[in-house]
Amino acid sequence: MSANHDSANLLEVRGLTKIFGTLTACNHVDLNIAKGEIHALLGENGAGKSTLVKMLFGSLEPNSGEIFWDGQPVRIASPGAAKKLGIGMVFQHFSLFEALTAAENIALSLDDGSPISSIAAKARALSYSYGLPLDPESLVGDLSVGERQRIEIIRCLLQTPQLIILDEPTSVLTPQEADKLFETLERLRSEGKSILYISHRLEEVKRICDRATVLRHGKVVGHCNPRQETAASLARMMVGNEVKAVVRAPAEGIETAPALLEIRALTRKPATPFSIPLRNINLTVRAGEVIGIAGVAGNGQGEFFESVSGEALQPEAGSVRIRGKDAGGMSITGRRLMGAAFVPEERLGHGAAPRMKLSENLLLSRHATDGKAFVGSGGMVKSAAIYAASQRIIEVMDVRKSAPDPEAAALSGGNLQKFIVGRELDRKPSVMVVNQPTWGVDAGAAAHIRQALIELARSGSAVLVISQDLDELFEISDAIAVMHNGELSKPLPIAEATFEKIGLLMGGAEPGHAEHTLETA
Amino acid sequence: MDITVNILLTIATAATPLLIAAIGELVVERSGVLNLGVEGMMIMGAVGGFGAGYLTGSPWIGLLAAIVVGALFSLLFAVMTLSLATNQVATGLSLTLLGLGLSGMMGTSFVGQPGQRLPNLDIPGLSSIPVVGKLVFGQDPVFYISIVLTAAVMWFLFRTRTGLTLRSIGDSHTSAHALGIQVIRYRYLAVIFGGACAGLAGGHLSLVYTPQWVENMSAGRGWIALALVVFASWRPWRVLAGAYIFGAVWIGQLHAQAFGIPIPSQMLSSLPYLATVVVLVLISRNKRLTMMNTPASLGQPFVPDR
Repeated sequence: MSANHDSANLLEVRGLTKIFGTLTACNHVDLNIAKGEIHALLGENGAGKSTLVKMLFGSLEPNSGEIFWDGQPVRIASPGAAKKLGIGMVFQHFSLFEALTAAENIALSLDDGSPISSIAAKARALSYSYGLPLDPESLVGDLSVGERQRIEIIRCLLQTPQLIILDEPTSVLTPQEADKLFETLERLRSEGKSILYISHRLEEVKRICDRATVLRHGKVVGHCNPRQETAASLARMMVGNEVKAVVRAPAEGIETAPALLEIRALTRKPATPFSIPLRNINLTVRAGEVIGIAGVAGNGQGEFFESVSGEALQPEAGSVRIRGKDAGGMSITGRRLMGAAFVPEERLGHGAAPRMKLSENLLLSRHATDGKAFVGSGGMVKSAAIYAASQRIIEVMDVRKSAPDPEAAALSGGNLQKFIVGRELDRKPSVMVVNQPTWGVDAGAAAHIRQALIELARSGSAVLVISQDLDELFEISDAIAVMHNGELSKPLPIAEATFEKIGLLMGGAEPGHAEHTLETA
Repeated sequence: MDITVNILLTIATAATPLLIAAIGELVVERSGVLNLGVEGMMIMGAVGGFGAGYLTGSPWIGLLAAIVVGALFSLLFAVMTLSLATNQVATGLSLTLLGLGLSGMMGTSFVGQPGQRLPNLDIPGLSSIPVVGKLVFGQDPVFYISIVLTAAVMWFLFRTRTGLTLRSIGDSHTSAHALGIQVIRYRYLAVIFGGACAGLAGGHLSLVYTPQWVENMSAGRGWIALALVVFASWRPWRVLAGAYIFGAVWIGQLHAQAFGIPIPSQMLSSLPYLATVVVLVLISRNKRLTMMNTPASLGQPFVPDR
C-alpha cells in the first residue's frame, strides 16, 4: 500500500492502535478504502475487527494512529462526529429500540427535526426503491431479525453516508435475504458509495468484495483481491495455518436405533409479548445421530431449547421424553439425571456463572449427576477431585486461560464455550442438546467442537444441535429440520438437503412455492 | 352540597403533591434512571419552601425556593449516579435518609412558627358559581400547576422529538449512545426535572396543605409517588388516576373514622394503599402494553467505553 494521500481514497487509516489493559486489540492497523468499492475486513473472532470499526465510528478512542477522511486528518470523537463526516453503520448487534416503532427508530438517528410522519413516508419510499420493503408503523419488538436489519440499513441510508460499515450483516439472514442484501450493496457501489464489509463468511466476500484486508491477532496480515483467492487460501490468511476439516463418518442402522430424545406435540404459549409461541413440535433423535435445527434467530429456537432443557417446564409430561421416559415436568437437574446434557446459547448467565471459577462452574452443572465423585459425606465438596476434572476438560478442549483456575468471565467467549461444551461432553451424556455450539469460537476450535459432537453421536448418543450457521449444520448433521415462527419442519436427510431448500424453509415457505415471501412487505 | 364540594377539594389537595412528585419521577424513570430519593427531595423542598416563605413573608418566593432546593438536592444524586456511576438504588436510598435528617436539622428553628399560605385562586364572579366555581376556579395555584404539568409531560414524552429521544435512552442506553445521543446529558436534565417536581410537591405540603413546618411532614408520600409510577406502568394519565384514587380513598377513610364506623382504624388507614394497588393492577392487565412502556434500561448505570 502506498503512503501518499491518494484522493481516490475516501478513508485512510495509519497505524491505528487500541490497547485494553494488557491486550493490544488493534496493533498499528493500516486500512485504505477507495471511493465506490466494497472492501472486506476479514478476521476471526477476536482478531480486532470490531475494535477497529468502533474506532472508525467514534465509539472507541484510539491510543495512537491517524485517520484521514478525503485526504484530511480527522478525529472521530463520537458516533455523532462520524455521522457528520458521512460514515454510517449497520450494527451486528442491532442498535434498535424494541419498544418503539420502525419510524421512531429511524427518526432518532436523523437530526433534521422533521415530523415522524414525513420520515415514515421517506423511509417507506426509500425501502421500496431498494427492494427492502418496510412498514414504518410496526413495532420493532414484533419484527424478525431480517426485518430489523432492513430498518438499520434504511436508517443508515437516510443519513446519505459516503461510507457504510456493515458488521457481520448476513449472520442473521436466510440465504435468500442475503442475496437481496448483496443486490442492495452492489447498487450502492454503483452510486459511488464505499462499503466496509465485515464478515467471516468467505464465499460471500469472494462474491461481492473488490478488495480485502485481513486481520489476525490485532495486526494486518495481508491485503488481497478476494476474487483471485480460494476460500481455503483466505481461511489460511485469517487463521495462520490450515484448518482441519471435520470428518463425518456415515451413520449406520439409525432407523432401528432406540429413540433417546423424543419431542411430542410440544406447544408453549409466549412468556413475554416479544417471545415466540411453540406450535405442535414433533421430533425424534435416535442413538447415533446428529440432528440439526436451522432457522433465522428469534423464530422460537430459544423457547424450544428452554423447553427441552427444563429451564421451562411443560404441563404435558409426555411432550419431552428422554430415553423413553416422560421428562416434561422434570427440572434441569432431573433431566440431567436421566442422562441428558445441555449447552445453552448464553454462555455467561446460563452456561456459566461469570464470577465463579471454572472448577466451581463444573460443580454447579454436575453436582447431581456426579455426586459421588464431587461431593463427599455430609455434603462436603471434594475440591481436589473437581479441580482435577476441570483441568482434564481444559486440556482435552485446549482452553486457553491466564490463570490455573480463572473466573468464567475472565475467559474469552470462544475459550469459555470450549470449556462449557467440554464440561458436558466429559460426562458422556446419552442425550446432548446444544444451542449455537460454536458462536464466537475461532475456526480451529469450532472444528474441534464439531468433531467432538459427531464422535459423541457415533459412540451411541443422540445429539441435537440448534444453530444459525448453515455451514456448520451441513458439516455435522445427519438430518436438518428448520424452525420458523415456532413451528418445526420435518427433518430433511442430509443427502437431500441443499442450501436453497433449507433457506426457503427458513424464510417460512414450503419448498416449491416460495418466491412470494421474499417480495412482500 | 357544600360538604360534597369540600370533600372533593380536600381530595384534590391530598392528591396534588403525589401527582407532582410522581410525574417528575416518571420522567426520570423514562430516561432509565431510578431515583429512590423522592421522599428526601420532597422533604427538602418542604423545609426550603417553608423557610423561604417564613423569612421573606412571601409564599410565592417560598414555592420558588422549594423547586430550587429540590432540583439542587437531586443534582447531588445526578453527579453520583451519572458522572460517578454509583449504584442508583443505594444512592437514592441515601438521598432519602440524608434529606430527612438534613431537613430536620435545618427546620429546628421553624417548628411552631406560623407559615405562609398560598392563597386560593379567586376570580370574581366565576369562583362563586355554585359547585363548579370552587372546584374549577377556586383551588390553590399548585393544583393548576399539577394538571398543566401532567398534560405537558404527556405531550412532551409522546409528541416531541426530544421526548422520543428521552424514551429511547430509557429503552436502551447503549443503542442511544451508538446513535450519538448524549445519554448522560439527557439523564442529568431528567433527574433535575424530577428533583424540581419533588421539591414543588414538598412546597405544596408546607405552603398549602398544612402551612407550617413539622419534622418528617412528607410522611411517606415520596414512597407512594414512587410506587404510583410503577403501578401506573410509566404512563402519565394513569399516574393522575392513581394519585386521585389514593387521595379519594384517603379522605374517604378519614371521614369513615370520624363517623365511628366499627372497622379498626388500622384497617381503614391501609385502604388507600390497597385500593390504589388493586385499581392500577387492574388497568395494567395488558402485559404487552406494560412491557412496551417499561423503560428496559431502568436502574442500570451507563458507562460508555472509550
